[in-house]
Amino acid sequence: MAEITLQLLMLQLLTGLALGAVYALLAIGLSLIFGMLTVVNFAHGAFFMVGAFLGVYFLTVTGSFWFSLVLTPTAVGAIGLLCERFLVRPLYGRGIDYPLLLTFGLSYVMVEAMRVIFGIDGVPTSTPSELRGVVNVGFGMFPLYRLFLIAATAVIVLALWLFIEKTRYGLIIRAGSRDNEIVRVLGIDISKIWLLVFGLGTAIAGLSGLLAAPTRAVNPEMGIPVLAESFVVTVVGGMGSLVGAVVAGLLVGVVFSMTSLFAPEYAELSIFVLMAVVLLVRPQGLFGKAGLMG
Amino acid sequence: MTDSSNHKVAKPANLRRRILAGGAAGLTIAGAPFVSRMAFAQTGPIKIGFPTPLTGAFSAEAQDQVRAAELAVKEFNAGGGFNGRKCELLVRDDKLNPGEAATRTLELIEKDKVDLIVGSLSAATQLSINAVCKARKVLFNSISQSDAINEAKDWSFYTFHEALTPHVTAGAVARYAFPKFGKKVVYLTADYAYGHEMVRGFQRAGQAFGMQTLADIRHPLGTSDFSSFLPRIQALKPDVLVLCNFGRDLVNAAKQVTDFGLKQNMKVIAPVLLYTSRQAGGADAFEGILGGTSYYWGLEDRIPTAKIFNDKFRKAYAGAAPSDYGALGYAGIRSVLQAITEARSTTATAVANVMRKMRYDFYKGSQSYRLCDHQSVQSVIIVESKSKAMKDKYDVFNVLSIEAPDENNLRTCDELGHKVLS
Repeated sequence: MAEITLQLLMLQLLTGLALGAVYALLAIGLSLIFGMLTVVNFAHGAFFMVGAFLGVYFLTVTGSFWFSLVLTPTAVGAIGLLCERFLVRPLYGRGIDYPLLLTFGLSYVMVEAMRVIFGIDGVPTSTPSELRGVVNVGFGMFPLYRLFLIAATAVIVLALWLFIEKTRYGLIIRAGSRDNEIVRVLGIDISKIWLLVFGLGTAIAGLSGLLAAPTRAVNPEMGIPVLAESFVVTVVGGMGSLVGAVVAGLLVGVVFSMTSLFAPEYAELSIFVLMAVVLLVRPQGLFGKAGLMG
Repeated sequence: MTDSSNHKVAKPANLRRRILAGGAAGLTIAGAPFVSRMAFAQTGPIKIGFPTPLTGAFSAEAQDQVRAAELAVKEFNAGGGFNGRKCELLVRDDKLNPGEAATRTLELIEKDKVDLIVGSLSAATQLSINAVCKARKVLFNSISQSDAINEAKDWSFYTFHEALTPHVTAGAVARYAFPKFGKKVVYLTADYAYGHEMVRGFQRAGQAFGMQTLADIRHPLGTSDFSSFLPRIQALKPDVLVLCNFGRDLVNAAKQVTDFGLKQNMKVIAPVLLYTSRQAGGADAFEGILGGTSYYWGLEDRIPTAKIFNDKFRKAYAGAAPSDYGALGYAGIRSVLQAITEARSTTATAVANVMRKMRYDFYKGSQSYRLCDHQSVQSVIIVESKSKAMKDKYDVFNVLSIEAPDENNLRTCDELGHKVLS
């Protein structure tokens, strides 16, 4: 065993936060959709995967990571809009397992579609040249791109918070998640809001796929473990809570990272142990009860 | 109960046989050209079952195995087959799961009535395939790396191993690399048979050089993010980092090791430096990584059979170069087909007896099966991934050295527990 120095612990913590940033983004999308629509989106990992593929595709076509950063969530969000309008919407009011099974099937269709379009080997990716290399963070060297991941997540979370807290649409979304009957009575077309939220949730999933793409292999099956991990985060944070998603995402990342340092064999297990403990002590999750914006 | 149900099955079968017999008689009368076809139908094609993980973390490698295996089959059929019998390849997806692999193999043997089995792409699935074949005395030629398959407890007279073993591969890489790059080593290891065997191979060969293991960090098979293992590796300050993983795991590990800047302070080695992983991971991620391989197409400038094989493969697959594991698919099929032709039989014992004596050179120079464990004794190629001066997208490695085939690099028959057949 290597000597555990403060520097190593700090570096490990930072690694965990970068890992957690992607978890948090994924869980936000999942949580948003669940909190509003009570749809458990089993295709979330698939939207992430499609985001990674389209991200790499747009990157190749436009030659710019920044263009891809705009185009990818737009395209994935558009797919999400179509899915909500024509597939999920007819199932509202039929019980929670109908959309669950639908999105489960949808994930298979999306994986298979990517296999057909891009092949089963996946596509090679590389870090955008502006964000390549390592920088000194004071206690060690850390990849610039992973710092960018943390920053990008912070920006996205802040933008989302402003949108939900400070805009008219955000107000309707918050109201709709508390009591959609009343919102309807007040003359607001709630189905449009649901459409918007589903599109937003899937767009964020696509965006996190693009952000994760330079750090790992992009292939049709990459969304499968990600789905399990983002469910763990959502359950730990509390289904439907955005604050919970962010806090739990970072927490899961750090727990995974720290376990990797001391007992690498149990790293994968550790996040499920965390989930089990949270479920035993606080079944609704860390921020489960307080509503959408906690 | 059993008796009556048997009768029920027997009746239609008899009926069908009678109809077939009648039909056959009719055809014989109808004309001579049909006679030979009937004779052909009686023996049927030579069926080779080919279980391999078409889906999952090793799918890219598995696909290439199938492509090259089909090439060997086509070649055999174009040459007239054996006694007019053509070969048919039955590819099955074992999903990289030992249970699934056993089920598919059992189906191939019992339902599809294959004559023999070639395939597999995992140290774990090949053992379950071998167990099924061993119990039914069906010949199995494994084309994936494993040490356990040679050991007496898993081995049978019908077990052949076309691929290299982790012991030999890791040994060759260790003999090349440790004197050059230093003694302090950290392993990043996929936590299953393949990874463990590779580490053991390195440690055995490394003893001679006074190699020192600083840590053996194990990760689950199918890990997509290795970042949380990397600060510790950085802090340990090894001379050499050995990536004992495979397929997509290797791609992700190489990518993240590069991102974290580890290559600046240590030499990164992959005991099996996969052509397919390098293609999927790109030039930057693999730049400077050194490793061993059973085959690289670039051997063609010094090995004539490699040139012949590459050209055939390029012609069949739009100019693509064959991969290492692809080439094993080709050799695995050609070995058994050549043995069938020489044995003039498809029975497992006859084919096995010929294979035991065969000396062959299908694509990488001379090879032969060691008598005690049917391990193919062959060369190991040491390559380094390059990112500059590449002629085309297939030009990814520099060949640094070739370790010639040598039985002494294998574990001894004695150590493996073989007593009788040496």
